[in-house]
Amino acid sequence: MTGNGRVLRQEAENQLSDREMAQEAPRRLEPSPFEWKDQTGPAVKTAIPGAIPTVAIDVASVTKSYGDKPVINGLSFTVAAGECFGLLGPNGAGKSTITRMILGMTTPGTGEITVLGVPVPSRARLARMRIGVVPQFDNLDLEFTVRENLLVFGRYFRMSTREIEAVIPSLLEFARLENKADARVSDLSGGMKRRLTLARALINDPQLLILDEPTTGLDPHARHLIWERLRSLLARGKTILLTTHIMEEAERLCDRLCVLEAGRKIAEGRPHMLIAEKIGCQVIEIYGGDPHELSALVSPHARHIEVSGETVFCYAFDPEQVRVQLDGRAGVRFLQRPPNLEDVFLRLTGRELKD
Amino acid sequence: MWKLYVAALPANGWNWIAVWRRNYLAWKKVALASILGNLADPLIYLFGLGAGLGMMVGRVDGVSYIAFLSAGMVATSAMTASTFETIYATFARMRAQRTWEAILHTQVTIGDIVLGELAWAATKASLAGTGIGVVAATLGYTEWVSLLYALPVIALTGLAFASLAMIVTALAPSYEYFIFYQTLVITPMLFLSGAVFPVNQLPSAFQHVTRVLPLAHSIDVIRPIMLGSPLVNVGLHIGALCCYAVVPFFLSTALLRRRLMP
Repeated sequence: MTGNGRVLRQEAENQLSDREMAQEAPRRLEPSPFEWKDQTGPAVKTAIPGAIPTVAIDVASVTKSYGDKPVINGLSFTVAAGECFGLLGPNGAGKSTITRMILGMTTPGTGEITVLGVPVPSRARLARMRIGVVPQFDNLDLEFTVRENLLVFGRYFRMSTREIEAVIPSLLEFARLENKADARVSDLSGGMKRRLTLARALINDPQLLILDEPTTGLDPHARHLIWERLRSLLARGKTILLTTHIMEEAERLCDRLCVLEAGRKIAEGRPHMLIAEKIGCQVIEIYGGDPHELSALVSPHARHIEVSGETVFCYAFDPEQVRVQLDGRAGVRFLQRPPNLEDVFLRLTGRELKD
Repeated sequence: MWKLYVAALPANGWNWIAVWRRNYLAWKKVALASILGNLADPLIYLFGLGAGLGMMVGRVDGVSYIAFLSAGMVATSAMTASTFETIYATFARMRAQRTWEAILHTQVTIGDIVLGELAWAATKASLAGTGIGVVAATLGYTEWVSLLYALPVIALTGLAFASLAMIVTALAPSYEYFIFYQTLVITPMLFLSGAVFPVNQLPSAFQHVTRVLPLAHSIDVIRPIMLGSPLVNVGLHIGALCCYAVVPFFLSTALLRRRLMP
């Protein structure tokens, strides 16, 4: 079969394949050879005309202003099929706006957006057929049960009741909500609601998942469970676009990420490459004294120093030297740790990523 | 811009059904309370005015006042049921409950949602109008079969008022603004459209206004059907109601696209 024919067949039988997968749940866990190929990265891929694009999202020179206020400023990035791409930045950086644009919910002022090979927003509906969305704020139907939420949502993708009923068990299993099928959503915990939202986003078996701050406001246990579920989706060959301001989330999940500030891209790359490139040494956080006095004290041994609020961030190749300076000083506390994305952001913008 | 508006229109002829079914499922859970709530108000009017005022008024246009009023109340209950559904319940689904946000993340368009919401409001209007009609038929103010003929007009009345109210929903910044629509549009319409007294009792200046009111067109069809009197200008009335259903639909879809997809 040619690549062309295969794609057409896949699209035409999208809903049928949902049903097949439900009947044989384990099959769903194994990525198809086609999906697997997507994961090998752009370098080894050969473009088949008309095939599922190797580029899932292409954002090119996008600008958007509300009145005089620019919210997105010449932003470009590309998300390869099968990868997890993170958009990082503080609130107001433009993460949600660019997410809305990718879904065709907001029109760019200038620039081009292509999603799953389809121009957006003009043909966004076609793209949305193959996208699953976890929005920043839960928008489940609270008065419905877990099962009813999935049923109602499946109908929006023109699935028949029988088709939806067939996939519900595997979705509930995925979301670890098998015992909650007939519970009202208003009785679920925050973590369960989030997992149901994620399951709901999978009902159309999407190629691309767009997650807008999926774990904000969750406790650590619930957060880890979501991360584990997202990793299993990546293993199945799904593409994920993730916005977050939780550094740990970005470091754990993202293959590549893009740091935004005031609608502009200020860095892009693999998390560990970015950390190595921008920081590349141990970090000592010092607090509990006058920050300027402390920074003067440690500066001879530091490669670089940042002061944020009452904390001094001291980047040093030889942390031992810094600790010697600080030992025994009354009230001063310090913590030595490996560098992370937070430090990258602080270095790039001079301020912390936390709000 | 034009292209984006076209993209917001209904994608096909059946997407709206999923939206309608969502509302139906939600309604089923509170059906009894909803039906009683929608019937109580017009029934109180019917018996309060019909019995009380009817004693003084005697016969109107050759029928008992309560029979005259019952036809007006069927149309009025359809108007209020679909108006309230569209301004309050639909607005809640658009804003507080974020239901529309979830739907717009699927392949359903704004036009599909609007169509589904209008069809749903028309369904509730049909239930409310038919409910009053059933009471009227039980008490012998109309024939059962007349009620059957009136049903499509009741549904169209619901659709027209839902469509008009959708413009208000599309423009209103918050719930507070709906009271203006109620007090400045809906309540005056009740008295100007011949629901509770014949239009010819109005000063002639007001009678000109009556000619364009959707409720008046609705009553001019529903009342002759229910009272068994001859239908006049039925094409004009149905045509006017269709305009009130169709034109605001496109307008509200455009307004909602601007509001929800800036």
